Amino acid sequence: MTLRARADVAPSPLQGLLQTVPKWLLAGVPLALLQPLLGHIATHVARSRPELFARLGAHSDKLFLIDPIDLPFVLLLRPNARRPQLTASRRVPRPRHDAAIAGTFVDLLGMMDGSLDGDALFFSRDLRVSGDTEAVVVLRNALDDLEGNALDSIVAAFGPLSAPLKLVISSLRGMRTEKRDE
Amino acid sequence: MNDNRYVRPELVCPAGTPAALRTAVDAGADAVYCGLQNATNARNFPGLNFAPAELETAIGYAHARHAKVLLAVNTFPRAGEFALWREAVDLGARLGADALIVADLGVADYAAQTYPELRLHLSVQAGASSPEAIRFYCQKFGVKRVVLPRILTVAEIADVHRQIPCEIEAFVFGNIGMMAEGRCSLTNYVCGLSTNMDGVCSPAADVHYEEDAERNLTTKLGPYVIDRFTAEESAGYPTICKGRYLCDARTEAYYAFEEPVTLNLSALLPDLMRAGVTALKIEGRQRSRAYVKAVVSAFRNAVDDIMAGRDASLASLIALTEGHRETEGAYRSKAWR
Repeated sequence: MTLRARADVAPSPLQGLLQTVPKWLLAGVPLALLQPLLGHIATHVARSRPELFARLGAHSDKLFLIDPIDLPFVLLLRPNARRPQLTASRRVPRPRHDAAIAGTFVDLLGMMDGSLDGDALFFSRDLRVSGDTEAVVVLRNALDDLEGNALDSIVAAFGPLSAPLKLVISSLRGMRTEKRDE
Repeated sequence: MNDNRYVRPELVCPAGTPAALRTAVDAGADAVYCGLQNATNARNFPGLNFAPAELETAIGYAHARHAKVLLAVNTFPRAGEFALWREAVDLGARLGADALIVADLGVADYAAQTYPELRLHLSVQAGASSPEAIRFYCQKFGVKRVVLPRILTVAEIADVHRQIPCEIEAFVFGNIGMMAEGRCSLTNYVCGLSTNMDGVCSPAADVHYEEDAERNLTTKLGPYVIDRFTAEESAGYPTICKGRYLCDARTEAYYAFEEPVTLNLSALLPDLMRAGVTALKIEGRQRSRAYVKAVVSAFRNAVDDIMAGRDASLASLIALTEGHRETEGAYRSKAWR
């Protein structure tokens, strides 16, 4: 297995399609339609994974702007155990936040499922961090320590839809593995 | 290549979280080193490290799989604050840590006097690089292993090995900072916190990143600009020792201390093993499970290849390296830097 820097690898046509389609599909979706789903995800993770919040400490009240740069919206996360908040917002105007993390959707997924290293993504300039750096570091460490991974917890929030969602994510994971092994 | 002089080395791997510890053990670590969530260890980073209950569970997980857990209590207590370090030593002993990694004379003495059966390793933070210094720790505190500073060539390590009564652990992969381990005060100078006493190098609370519209990245520590990377450049850690600086004597910004580069001694593994190194250490308690899995697996395979008489085939780890650059540092030649 050879690990390669992301910047060295051009996406295949299939990868390009999979990376573009979500953006195209989601471009016209009113964000109001996403809010109940995001709220459900936040509540589910807070209820099912309380250990996440022990590592966050005082940073659980911080507002994180998570920017999947290839999607037409950003996410705002306040990882408070009692009142978790996850909402979508348009990129412009930039919503108020304490710390921001930006990267492609696939790279952010990779960090959440423990298959990509955040420091390596930062070194390669695929991950951008701004604002409260300590809050970002704490969130990264807390997510990385979750038994299984944070992504599986989110997928479980989809109930009967979690199976097809897992298939899509497996495809994305497969794409990343293929990319690394090239 | 089949050399009977090889003694199977212990692969010592980093764990910043319980999940990383399990990952390291599952990937083939012989031993995992970790620290508590306070200033008693040299990676006292936010959101990292082990609560006492987590450490107890982690030790159980490792022991059930025949792996050791080494507890780093390797910072230097401030005057009047020894109790925290004493509690860390007591906890490590009570929970069955296989060894404590210590640097401070007082901590070493307390552990040796109170728990004479508990194995002590001398941390790289002690900066003991001469046979005379190492023998002192062995004689006074019964130290069983020294983690050598990253300032010796392989030939010098072999020379030290012949003159000391304990095992040698050497770093083989990871971050390589100032070659003055245990004595670096650069962070203290800028932030008021000590790497050696508080366990924090470049505290994240003082680190700020600013990227402009052209994707030029400015890294600041406190009020000081540490580096500025163009859009095409790989970035490094926000530590003073890896920064580029302007001065009147130079026309361009230059690396005054070190460069953003990662130590990788995979090509020197057989030489290190012949030189008497019995434990190979991977740096990176601040890194993710993904890093731990990739690096530990790669070195596990490499060591197993060497022990089986095969040429070691180590996967490229360049994607995980700082600045996307690797070095053999001083291990091959003192000419480095």
